[in-house]
This record gives sequence, C-alpha cells and structure tokens, in this order.
Amino acid sequence: MEIPYTVTARPDTGLWNAKVGIWLFLASEVMLFGGLFSAYVFLRLDADPGLWPHGLLNVPVGTMNTAILIASSVTVVLAWAALKMRRYRAYWWYMLITILCGVIFLVVKLAYEWPQKFDHFGAFIKPDKLEKYEQYLGNHHLAERGLPPRSEISGHLHNKEALNDPNAKEYEIALDPVNADPANPNMDRPHFLYVPPTDKLAAIEKEDVERISSFGPWHSAYFASYFTITGLHGAHVLGGVLIFIYMWLPVSKRLYRQNPEHLANRVEVAGLFWHFVDLVWIFVFPLFYLL
Amino acid sequence: MNETEEMMPADGHAVPDDHAAHNVAKHVRKYLLVGATLITFTAITVFLSYVNFGTMKANVAVAMLVATFKAALVATIFMHLSNEKRLIYRILVFTAFFVLGLFFLTYLAWYDPVTR
Repeated sequence: MEIPYTVTARPDTGLWNAKVGIWLFLASEVMLFGGLFSAYVFLRLDADPGLWPHGLLNVPVGTMNTAILIASSVTVVLAWAALKMRRYRAYWWYMLITILCGVIFLVVKLAYEWPQKFDHFGAFIKPDKLEKYEQYLGNHHLAERGLPPRSEISGHLHNKEALNDPNAKEYEIALDPVNADPANPNMDRPHFLYVPPTDKLAAIEKEDVERISSFGPWHSAYFASYFTITGLHGAHVLGGVLIFIYMWLPVSKRLYRQNPEHLANRVEVAGLFWHFVDLVWIFVFPLFYLL
Repeated sequence: MNETEEMMPADGHAVPDDHAAHNVAKHVRKYLLVGATLITFTAITVFLSYVNFGTMKANVAVAMLVATFKAALVATIFMHLSNEKRLIYRILVFTAFFVLGLFFLTYLAWYDPVTR
C-alpha cells in the first residue's frame, strides 16, 4: 500500500503528513517536560534556605556535553541540507557525526557523571548537633556573611559497611573541599572545576546523623529532579540515536534511490525531534549545573 | 471543501517548495553561524553564573534569559519555525497556552492564595 502525502502536501493542511505528526508529538513532549520542570520549580522554591545544593555537578563536563549536543544539532540540519542538494556522501558523513555526538553524550552521562554521584556520600547532621561539627560546617562563618547554614558533611565514605552494621559507632568520611575548609570564603560559591574529596578524614558519630545517603535520587529533591529530568532526557537522546542509525544504514540508501525527497523528509522530522531534545538540554544545563 | 483550504493560496499545493536545493545551499552558512552563536552563549551562561547579580533569583533570571534566547534560535532556525505553514503555528499556540497554564498552576500552589 502506498502511504499518501509523504512528500507532497496534503491539500487541507498544506503539509506532508509526518510534519504535522511530529509537531503534534513535540507538543505533547512540551507538556511532559513542562510537568517535570514545573515540579522542579515547585520543589526548589519550597526548599529550606541552604538545602538546595549548589556546585555538586561537574561544570566543565556539562559544558562540553552541551557543546556536543549543539554540534550534533548543526550536523543533523546539515545532513538534511545535503539530502536536499542530493549529496548522499555528505549526508552519510554528517549523519555519522550526529550519531557519534549522541553516543558520546550518553557515555559521558551514564559511564562518568552518574556513577560518580552514586559513589559520593552526604551525612545530614541532627539540628542540635550542628555545633559539634562546626569545624566541618563553618556555620559561624556563613552566619557572619549572611549566608544560609550548612547541615551536610559530604565526601568519600571510607567504611561503607557502617551503613548496615548496627555495631558500628561512626562514619569515616574523606571530606569534600567545602567541608575540609568550610570557613574559607572561596567555598561560599560553587567551584567551576570538580574537586575530588580531600585526604582529610572526619569521624562522625552515627547517633549525630539524621540520615546519610549517596548522591542518588533519594538524597534530596535536587537529585531526585536531576536524575528524573536527565534520565528522561537521556532516554530521548538514545531514541534519537537509534532512529539516526536506521537512517544512516544502507537500508535507507535504498529509499534514497527510489525517492530521495522521502528520505529527506524523514531526516527533517527526526531532526525536529533532535532539536527539541537539544532545546530541553539548553534549560537543563543552567538549572542543574550552574544555579 | 473546508475553511483551511479556502485560506490556501489560489494555486494550493503547487506552491513552490521553499526548501528547494538552491535555497538550501544558501542556508548552510546560516546554520553554521547559529551553531557557533549557541556555543558562544553556552560559554556566556557559564561565565555569568559566576557573576553575583545580588540575589540567587537575579542569577536565575539572567540564566533563563540567555537560555530562552538560545532556545528561540534553535526553534526559529534549526526547526524552521521562522518560515512554517499556518497549521504548525496553530498547534504551537495551543501548546504555549497549556504549558503556561501548567506553570501558572505551579505558581498558584506556591503563592497559595487560599490559606495565606
């Protein structure tokens, strides 16, 4: 059966069908991500002072991933332009670069950024014990500067077995720079470069700790929204990459020989989806990495 | 047949495709330029986030302003919204209406006019 209006415009809409289809789909995607972003706004505005973390993500790596995604948006539109000009060779190369950019983005996210968080721990100190750990929290210094207080001591947890061992009395944490030197004014604002935990060890008594967890979605509203939104976004990147691979494989060359305009339209539609994914990231990056 | 068709130009679907090959070639430079602008503005956002604009709210506002500008570039140039058929804009008007409504609900929940 011949599918109608793949290249010619349908008289009543003035568009080929897939174009209408993708925009309706993107409209629903706007609502999907809109719901999650409004949840983010809600959680953030309601967070107690000082309890919305800053500077926990690796800004240079995030910036690099942003640039990679933008570059792939450029190459996918160039791939489409190449098809329009009937230059299949150029199309093939631009598509390959797009696919590689998508793969690099996912690898950085899944193999580097996420695992690092799951291996990082934070202990929230009970409100009446904060003074005891002043040397790690620096709340006197923060109060002097009119900044919200800290209640979390974070870093690399040396004795992970203490998490489940009822006989263990304390946690040994190799401190993050901010807790190693909390009264240093340089620690008031987040660091640009990721700084690994220091060698300085802190012993924190279990009974002084309200709760302790890794930097997974269960850590805070911040990480819950971070993992939900970047996870859904990552799933979209994966979907885009799979579609692009299909359009790049020899099977699509057959379509090109039969009807190059049909392939060009497919690429345009997939490209529209890809640009939307890029567009979402343009908001994700400053909200989670920078602010 | 229906009102949409009546609003079409007299020559209907015979309207020349504005993405014809010679037109596309002209656009390639523009796409590269937009890509470079987007990457430049990414760097600008990163830089601005380390400038203290007084309050966190001010910093968020500045960053969202830059992000909105970048998003507008992607939508108008890469997604061809600067030159699209009427039906697409109609779809997007509804989308904008509902997504703004959604954010307005969030605002209401936060502002809480009933109990406050």
